[in-house]
Order: sequence, then C-alpha cells, then structure tokens
Amino acid sequence: MELRKNYFADMRKDDLHEIGQPRPRSDSPGHVTGKTAFFADRNFPGMLHLKMVRSPHHHARIRSIDTSEAEKHPGVVKVLTARDVPHNVYTILILIQIGPEDETVLADGKVRWKGEAVVAVLAETERAAQEAAAKVKVDYEVLPAVFDMEEALKPGAPLVNEYHGQNYYLYDSGECRKVRFGDVEAGFAGADCVLEQSYQSSPIEHAPTETTGCVVAPEGNDRFTCYTNTQAMFFTLDNASIILQMPGNKLHFVGGTVGGGFGGKVDVIVEPIAILGAKLTGRPVSFIYSREEEMQISSPRAAEKVVIKDGVMKDGRIVARKVTGYTDAGAYSRHSPYGAQKGAGHYPGPYTIPNVWIDTYCVYTNRTPSSAMRGFGVTIGDFALEVQMDKLARLIGMDPLEFRFINAYRDGDMKAHRQPTEGAALIECMQEASRAANWPVAEKYMAMSSYAKGA
Amino acid sequence: MAIRRGRGVAAINYPTGMNLGGDPTQALVHSTPTGNFMVTLSSVDLGQGMKQIMAQICAETIGVPTDRVVVDTADTDTGPHCMGTFASRGTHRAGNAVIQAAREARQVMLEVAAEELEVNASDLETDGQGNILVKGAPQKSISIFDVALSAHFKRGRSISGRGMFLIPRSYPEKETGAMKPSTCYAHACTVAEVEVDDETGEVTVLTVKNIFEIGRALNPKMVEQQLVGGSWMGISHALYETTEPYYPNRDHGGTDFNQYLMPGPGDLAETEIIVLERPSADGPYGAKGPGEMCANPQIPAVANAVFDAVGVRIDTLPITPERILRALKAQAPN
Repeated sequence: MELRKNYFADMRKDDLHEIGQPRPRSDSPGHVTGKTAFFADRNFPGMLHLKMVRSPHHHARIRSIDTSEAEKHPGVVKVLTARDVPHNVYTILILIQIGPEDETVLADGKVRWKGEAVVAVLAETERAAQEAAAKVKVDYEVLPAVFDMEEALKPGAPLVNEYHGQNYYLYDSGECRKVRFGDVEAGFAGADCVLEQSYQSSPIEHAPTETTGCVVAPEGNDRFTCYTNTQAMFFTLDNASIILQMPGNKLHFVGGTVGGGFGGKVDVIVEPIAILGAKLTGRPVSFIYSREEEMQISSPRAAEKVVIKDGVMKDGRIVARKVTGYTDAGAYSRHSPYGAQKGAGHYPGPYTIPNVWIDTYCVYTNRTPSSAMRGFGVTIGDFALEVQMDKLARLIGMDPLEFRFINAYRDGDMKAHRQPTEGAALIECMQEASRAANWPVAEKYMAMSSYAKGA
Repeated sequence: MAIRRGRGVAAINYPTGMNLGGDPTQALVHSTPTGNFMVTLSSVDLGQGMKQIMAQICAETIGVPTDRVVVDTADTDTGPHCMGTFASRGTHRAGNAVIQAAREARQVMLEVAAEELEVNASDLETDGQGNILVKGAPQKSISIFDVALSAHFKRGRSISGRGMFLIPRSYPEKETGAMKPSTCYAHACTVAEVEVDDETGEVTVLTVKNIFEIGRALNPKMVEQQLVGGSWMGISHALYETTEPYYPNRDHGGTDFNQYLMPGPGDLAETEIIVLERPSADGPYGAKGPGEMCANPQIPAVANAVFDAVGVRIDTLPITPERILRALKAQAPN
C-alpha cells in the first residue's frame, strides 16, 4: 500500500504523534496465538443447547404441532413454541420507528420461507437437542409460494406476509422510495442516445469465520447475561427486551471480539429465544448456528434487480438517468426497507446529472429473509451503475475513464437528493488510477480538481 | 479458442455511517492512578481493529502514547450507548465521541498539572511521550503519571471526560426524495485486468489496482489490511459467491465451504492499493468509513474487463464460467 500525500496536502495536518502511525494492533498477538476469547469460549455448568425445528416448506399453513415425542427424548429439558414467546411478532427496526412488526420468533400458524424457525428444543447436549428436534411433528398445509420479484409484484400473486398486506414495503412515499430531480423525460427527449439496461444479482453469504450465536447465563437475581457476537449490543438488547417483555435492566449483554460480521450479525435472531430458554429453565443456554444455518438460514445479502435508463450526449454528458431498484427482502423486513431506501439516496452514483428519477422497491418473496451486508443498499447498485457507465462510453465511442471525468461530481454540485456535494475526491482517485494503471487520459482531465469550480 | 485479455475500470463513492443519521454513539474516558487512560464504549470490535483505532484516537487527543490507553468495550453494563458496528460508522461515530471525551479529560489533566507546576493550564502542552511541559520552558515539566497520582490522592479531581456523537436524523421528503443520507463520502477507482478462457469460460483476475480516498488513514497498516481484504471480497462477489446459484430458484445452495464457492489463495489477483486522504469536515482527524466501500469497485471493474476480453456482457452476478459460455454461444455467428 502506498499513501499519496501529494493530494489534498493543504487540507491535512501530517505531524501528529499517534494518528497516521502504523502502530501494531494490541489484539493481534492474542488472535494469532489463539488466546483471544470469543463468546463461545464461555462454558457454564449445566448449560443447555438449543436447536431449531425448521420449516421444510417455502410457504405453508401449520395445522398442528405435536412436541410430545420430543419432550420424552432423553436429555430434553424444554420445548418452546410460539405461545411461549411473550411478544412473538416483532421487527427489529421498530427501534427507529420503521414498522410494521412482521416476523415471528417462532412460527405461529404459518411459515413463509424454507428454514423458518418453528419449535425450539433445549437439551443437555447438542446431539439430544438435534435428535429431539427430529421428533417434533408439524402438520403443514402447503401453500403456493412466490420466488420471483416481478411475479410477487403482479396482481393475484400469493401474499407472502399478511402484516404488510401486499408484496412490497409501503413507505410514506408509497410503494417505493422516490427521488425526483429535474425533468427526466425532457432529458431523454433531448439526448443524443438513450440506453436502458437491466442488472441482476443473487443472494450472497457473509461467510464469517465465526457463526452467529450466543451463550446466556442466569445471574440468579432475575438478570440474564447474554454473551453474544452481535454487531450491535444495545440494539439487540432493546429488541430482546421488547420480544421478551422484560425490562432492559434485567438484561446484560457482553460482546468482545467478533469473528467477522460483514453485516450478518445485526439481525436479532439467536439472543431473544436463548434468553427465554434460560429464563424458563433457570439454566445457561447456548444457541450457536451450524455452518449450514449460517449459509442458508441467516440472512444473506439481498438479490437485487436494477434497471437503469440513461440519456447521454455525444460529447459525453449524461443528461438524464432513471433508476428502478428492486431489493428481494425474502419473507420478512429485517433491515431491507432501510437498505432499499439507502439505494435511493445513493443513485445516480457519484456523477452530476441534471435530470434524475429514482424508485427503489423492497419486495417480499418466500425465501430466506435478506438483510444487511457490507455495502448494504449500494454494492449491487454500484455494479449496475459502473457497468452501465462502461456501456454508455462505448455507445458514444468515448474512453470509459474520460467519460467518467466528464460526469464526475465536484464540490458544490447539487445531488439528486438535493444536498450540495462536499468533500468530493472521485476525480483525484481517477487521476491516480490513470497513472497507476498506465491508462492515459487527455491532459485536461489530469488538470481537473474536485474543488469547487472557479474556487 | 484462446485465452483473451481485457481490462475494466469502475469509480464509486460510499456514504459513511447509518443512512440518514440518527445513530448515536457515546464514550467515556478516565485515568487510573497508573497514569493510564481507559476508554469505555459499548461498540463491537468485529476483528477489524476498532479497539486499536479508538486507543490511537484517545492517545492523540490526550497527548500520550497509544500503549497508555486501554479500551474496554462491548458491555452494556459498563459501556455507554452505541448504535452498533455497521454502515462504516465505527471509526467515524465512536471516534468523534472518544475525541470529545478525551478533550474533557485532557482539560482536567492540564488543570491538575497547572496546579502542580504553578502555571496556567493554557500555558501547558503535552509531548506525546507521557509528559506535560510548560510551553517555551520544557525543562519545567511533570509526568502524566505524577499528575494522575496528584489528581487522585491530593487534589481530589477525576481526570475523566464524556463524549457523544450524533448526526440528527434526516427524513426523506415524500415526493422529491430530498434528504441528507450522509455527511461524508469515501471514494474509489479500480482498474482490473483479467484473462478469460473462451473455451471454459474461466476468468483469472491478473491484477487489481485500487485507488481509495478514505479521509484519513488513522493507522496505515490497519487501513491496508481492511482495503486488501475488501478488494479480495469484491473479486469474490464478482466471480464466485452466491447462496442461490440459480436464483430465483431456491435449489443448489451451498451449505459449507466446500460447496459455497470463494476464491482460494491461488485465485487472488496481484493487488495494488493506493490511498488518498481528503479529510472529512466532521470525521475524527478527518477519517471517513472505508470498511464497506473498499469491496465495491472491483465487481464492475471485473465485469467490464470480462467484456473487454471476450465481448460479452454478463449483467447478472456472479459472473460464472457457465454464464460466460452461454453468452459466447449466444453471440456466435451461426
């Protein structure tokens, strides 16, 4: 790695004592010698292990649940169903007033994705819990499922989630988050070329080294300590408090070094049910995802579809951009309404375009709920935007790097969401890329600056 | 049939912090009688090294070496509130809270030192080595250890500080979408060079040259580890990873690392990282959040390089050999 100090040197103080110094990490020796403690290193006498009975169907009504055989299985201490959960229907973003509550801790009457938690089994050993889980009998009536976002949005599609009432998240702005800037149709009408293209991604796993989990210990005084690898301590505590209808002062969350998050540990899935198990049994409880659960049960990055329509002039100026983004939330919201909205604030990318129209939809389908992941709401959008930029450049016969210089945002430029650009540095990154990759561009582009025009 | 070479470019920006703001983080700083400083948080270190960065920020602000600062975090009984470690917010939000807390603690420290040295606190400065000196008369000095002892046992002062950082929440306007998603943005430009085997559809990424603008490299070695790792993850997203290879079909999802494809060490490209620093107006020592954005530009850069190599557009991720071969077959003259 190289630091190029010649850029923006006038804006920095480079003579600090500790900042800017490549100090060795104080936790590295522990990590590389196996001394760092992780949540799962906690082991308590009498600790129980929790395993989930999961839906084998993508969409089904639950006619009945019979746990009698599982309860008789040697080593089983407690079997939990929906009626054991004090506030079973929840949604995590209720903490920032993004509702409605739309997901069950344990399925109640219905399952909406293959893998959904239905019954929790607590036993003396992992093996006993697993064997007992296999003895739980659930009678399902399979319902039609929908997996494709376009199908889900058609009239008459199977309704995925009754708490929403339609297969998309209803924002205060309607069926999508909208950004309107300038007159996009006039922009297309006046453009030399118009290009509309569609981009698609598939769900992606966070693949942390350490799978999601927690260990809960009763403190003997109505308080419970939850050792967890959540990425957000109080966010998880507060949601657990709502789900368990337990005052926050009864809950003590302890984290530590987490073995990789990448956004996969901001859902609140393992903690509430493990705390409930500890409360109802009076014993410590461990609930740790297997690798299979981590890959197919925990939320992935959403699949997205992005449709971009651009109007461009032969001199390289983009004069209009319309983006329609679809985020496949799966069966429940989790963080997806936030992610889709974040996309609306990100488009049309780091370019100054006078006419912009953005619609971003959060769509429900019968698949594993998606949620946050590194680059949430932006990563797939950037793939779409930057492939589109390449296509546009080739369409008008221009070098792809020079084409970006022409459209790059600079300080003071008004963005589509009506914030003036501050602190831009795209031009300088591209100038350095031109040098580093030996990708020459015209001298006028190398003379550009992100600083305000005329400043 | 041949191995074909191509290169592609992509340029991006990325917001720092929870979208639309409204995501507070607090910090507490206090000295112990050892002259060390404790930073207390409830933020989570995901392995990215947040504790180290908070220690350096606290040390710089108070004026002591980093090894005199201990970070105690991720405990809701002892640590003040933090919204969490996500959305490239850890360094920016918690770092600002630590600066505010450390400034308050530093002020008390200088006041105690001023009493001991019988000067005005405003006439004092720290040497960054653990001492407080009188400006212009450095022979007149006191160690921070002695100041801590004096504060605790003689002056009855608590060398401590409280810090809080909150960007007020922005609510998007319904019809126009007017909003303030973020206060600062990191930037990147990546050039990727690939080889594509037009017989097997296999892509080899030869080189990626990543230029990242991250506000301020608070610890360049740690910046490097995050940016290199992110660059690999971007290549992995472009060419390998998915839990549903035939999305929207639900079948064929991997359930372990044998089935879920990711690049191995032999698949990683020669990776070059160049960092620019345009300090952000509201970042701790100018820092922005580079944690997420560093994994984004490689994806379109690789996609564009594949097109440059073999002349087919794969607009669906991941760009698998199967998709490339199908596209080549579709464009072949009959």
